[in-house]
Amino acid sequence: MNRQYKARIYVTLRPSVLDPAGVAVESGIGQLGIANVKQVRIGKYIELMLTAADENQASEQLDRICDQLLANPVIENYQFDLDEVQVQLGVST
Amino acid sequence: MKFGIVVFPGSNCDRDVAYVTQDLLNCPTRMVWHEETDISDLDVVVLPGGFSYGDYLRCGAIAQFSPIMSHVIAHAKQGKFVLGICNGFQVLTETGLLPGALVRNRDLHFICDRVPLKIERTDIPWTSAYATGEMITLPVAHGEGRYYAHTDTLKALEDGNQIVFRYANSSGEIDETSNPNGSVNNIAGICDRTGKILGMMPHPERASDPLLGSVDGIKLFHGLLAFMNQQRLQPV
Repeated sequence: MNRQYKARIYVTLRPSVLDPAGVAVESGIGQLGIANVKQVRIGKYIELMLTAADENQASEQLDRICDQLLANPVIENYQFDLDEVQVQLGVST
Repeated sequence: MKFGIVVFPGSNCDRDVAYVTQDLLNCPTRMVWHEETDISDLDVVVLPGGFSYGDYLRCGAIAQFSPIMSHVIAHAKQGKFVLGICNGFQVLTETGLLPGALVRNRDLHFICDRVPLKIERTDIPWTSAYATGEMITLPVAHGEGRYYAHTDTLKALEDGNQIVFRYANSSGEIDETSNPNGSVNNIAGICDRTGKILGMMPHPERASDPLLGSVDGIKLFHGLLAFMNQQRLQPV
């Protein structure tokens, strides 16, 4: 039976890549009067639902999606959380 | 010498390229919709500037999976010519036809300007009409044009003499002050090992008609045509 999963995917710039948007936000935080914040890095958060036979299959698919499309391995890293969701009468919770 | 210009949803410099190849150079040219799957009639594929798929996710990330792209890759593997300009360069790196990636400009600004460039090599058809070390000026217009590559990739590019254009100041010096977007080693354009696949952030097509104030870009196309004509004249 197919199970339904919700994936929360985080794509971040690799540490070696300069993040000018992060630097700009860091200076904005400084202008807010907060001086103890450093190393701001901006990434992307992506949610999706997928059906799969089990968690392993879902993970494998997500790896492929992340590696080939959602993240560019030259400049970005990714990680994801996977939660099984209950499906009732076609409505997911 | 037939040109095909790929049109993705969001391409906006496609007609500028067609104006150069068809109207200025008199070469047969056709627009190639991204869903097409037969480009066997083409000698040169151009991936034009613009904002394919709205630049969603990353510039060029979604375009790499357009139906046309597997055929562009096959075209390239056959040793035919491919030119990626601006967004086209981003698509070429996303597909892996060229190494590295184009990331957000160092200073976050969208840069729309004319910048001096140094021609680093002239032994490939694309740049054969220029002189080595020649300084030219081409328009740039990009928000994510900072070329980035890992140290080992960068070394391979430098060792393989694959850097074609670098940002420089008008006296030809290559330093941080002449680097508009923070690209590693001031890289503005690179080619693959064969020299047939060229990716560049500046827009040669916007500097090809004297009406626009500069013709520094048209020599890129002249070089290619001269090479092809020479090939044709060689005895079989």
